[in-house]
Amino acid sequence: MWLERLARLCDRLWAPVLAFIEAVGEHVLLLGHTLLWLVRPPYRLGVLLEAMVFVGFESLFIVGLISLFVGAVFALQLISALRTFQAESFVGATVALALTRELAPVFTSIVIAARAGAGMATELGSMRITEQIDALATMAVNPIQYLVVPRVVAGVIMVPLLSMLFVASGMLGAYVVAVGIQNVDRGVFIENTRWFLDINDILQGLCKATVFGLTLTLISCYQGYHARGGAKGVGVATTRAVVGSFVTILVLDYFLTDLWLTFFPKTRGPR
Amino acid sequence: MVWTPPAEDIFRRSEQWHVRIRGLHKTFGQHQVLRGVDLDIARGKINVIIGGSGQGKSVIIKHIIGLLKPDRGHIVVDGEDIVPMSEYQLNRVRRKFGMLFQYAALFDSLTVEENILFPLIEHGLRGPGHNDGVRRRMSRAEMRQVALEQMDKLRLPHVLLRKFPSELSGGQRKRVGLARALVLRPEILLYDEPTTGLDPVATKNVDDMIRDISQREGVTSVVISHDMASTFRIGDRVSMLYEGRIVESGTPDEIRRSRHRYLRLFVETSGTVQLDPVPDSELVDGDGPGEAPR
Ligand SMILES: Nc1ncnc2c1ncn2[C@@H]1O[C@H](COP(=O)(O)OP(=O)(O)OP(=O)(O)O)[C@@H](O)[C@H]1O
Ligand SMILES: [Mg+2]
Repeated sequence: MWLERLARLCDRLWAPVLAFIEAVGEHVLLLGHTLLWLVRPPYRLGVLLEAMVFVGFESLFIVGLISLFVGAVFALQLISALRTFQAESFVGATVALALTRELAPVFTSIVIAARAGAGMATELGSMRITEQIDALATMAVNPIQYLVVPRVVAGVIMVPLLSMLFVASGMLGAYVVAVGIQNVDRGVFIENTRWFLDINDILQGLCKATVFGLTLTLISCYQGYHARGGAKGVGVATTRAVVGSFVTILVLDYFLTDLWLTFFPKTRGPR
Repeated sequence: MVWTPPAEDIFRRSEQWHVRIRGLHKTFGQHQVLRGVDLDIARGKINVIIGGSGQGKSVIIKHIIGLLKPDRGHIVVDGEDIVPMSEYQLNRVRRKFGMLFQYAALFDSLTVEENILFPLIEHGLRGPGHNDGVRRRMSRAEMRQVALEQMDKLRLPHVLLRKFPSELSGGQRKRVGLARALVLRPEILLYDEPTTGLDPVATKNVDDMIRDISQREGVTSVVISHDMASTFRIGDRVSMLYEGRIVESGTPDEIRRSRHRYLRLFVETSGTVQLDPVPDSELVDGDGPGEAPR
């Protein structure tokens, strides 16, 4: 009797763990199918271009705007902190490192997850519940190839590009605040940035952005593709897509950073 | 000794039967929808499936085109069992099919014209007859011509071409869906309630068109219908789904002589079709096939 109860308790405790493992497995499976259908003809460039416009081009403004202020506020905070040690000349270098390694990939991915990821989950979700995905399949067009592949590829290409834009425009924000408003010396700002910033930092950021781009599009497409149960189901899918992407990006970020610092340590400047 | 006919080889391509379904079982969660469906679809004929709401008619049709995988059973199209096929293999078989969905399932990000041309753009590039090896790209103008022809056939005004599905009425949507299903001239057409929600004249038009396509081009049609009058008007074969099985299957005349109690109730309630009288004592219940002469 108590043994039975114990078994049931174990079951209940295990259930979320199992559900998590299952979810991870299904995402990996979707990734596998995506890769498989990526290499199979036909190649629909038009559809890919459309997805790239949606993910990339239409996010230009918002990414530019956000990064400008992220760079600006970061510079402002750093200057007020560094002034204590008379070290405000390092503001450019510090902002540059933070932007390239962390802020740009993470912020960009979060913006894209909220904008494009949510859009994908909603679009695919409503296509699912109105049987448009089934209709694609009946026309001998593989829905994964037609719907998921272009979106994932667009994410993998566009998120790193946008992340570079984030760095550039964030540096501009920092420069305006530091040099224009806070009277940091212009030459020192630039020279310090040049000395500290390394291709290693940029690659670290790009690598993260690529992984995040893949992750957030995959999660969003997965949620939309498997939506069920009417308009409410589409809402649930969208919420899950956004929340799931945020959490996954931030958790992955830690492990990616750890891996990067272990395997590709810098030989120059701050480690 | 009772003589039993030799078991038919359903896996051999047959001139008479285009699609053969045996022992189809499908359960969603706890809900047993199909419990051993046996159904033959006659080649070049109009096969109508009737049955109550929620009995699983749409589920059957989705199995025929491979959208759903059965828990058990065989679905044989032209001698090929599609049940174990992968999505990649299924795509080859699916090119034989055109399907009209119950709620049209138009792509709502595309205009009406793009919807109708979608199958052409995806598959029409190789010209008519997929295997002739000629990659003949249809010009945009040629495609437009096809779209206009389809619109005319279904009596849809040309102004609709530039509109989006959300701007159409339910009946118009259905006819656009029909145009999309027809555009590649498939061998087998699956219609999920093609006339539900259409006015009487449009209903007759669609019925005539189904007849017309079937007779002129020898297309095999599978029609799900709630409209008894049109079922008996256009159907070459009628099958009744009840409690997860096909309980009766035959020509309209054979169905009129059916002794299945529920089938008679179902058909007679519509008030539009007269059945041949059968004494009460001979009626049969249950979900096994009735003893209608076949
Ligand atoms: N994808 C699915 N998931 C869960 N249940 C389903 C699914 N598809 C169908 N069902 C269930 O199967 C049953 C049969 O559905 P189906 O749509 O085939 O009915 P139908 O005979 O076409 O009815 P109608 O005439 O109203 O269209 C319903 O009870 C439905 O709830
Ligand atoms: Mg139905």
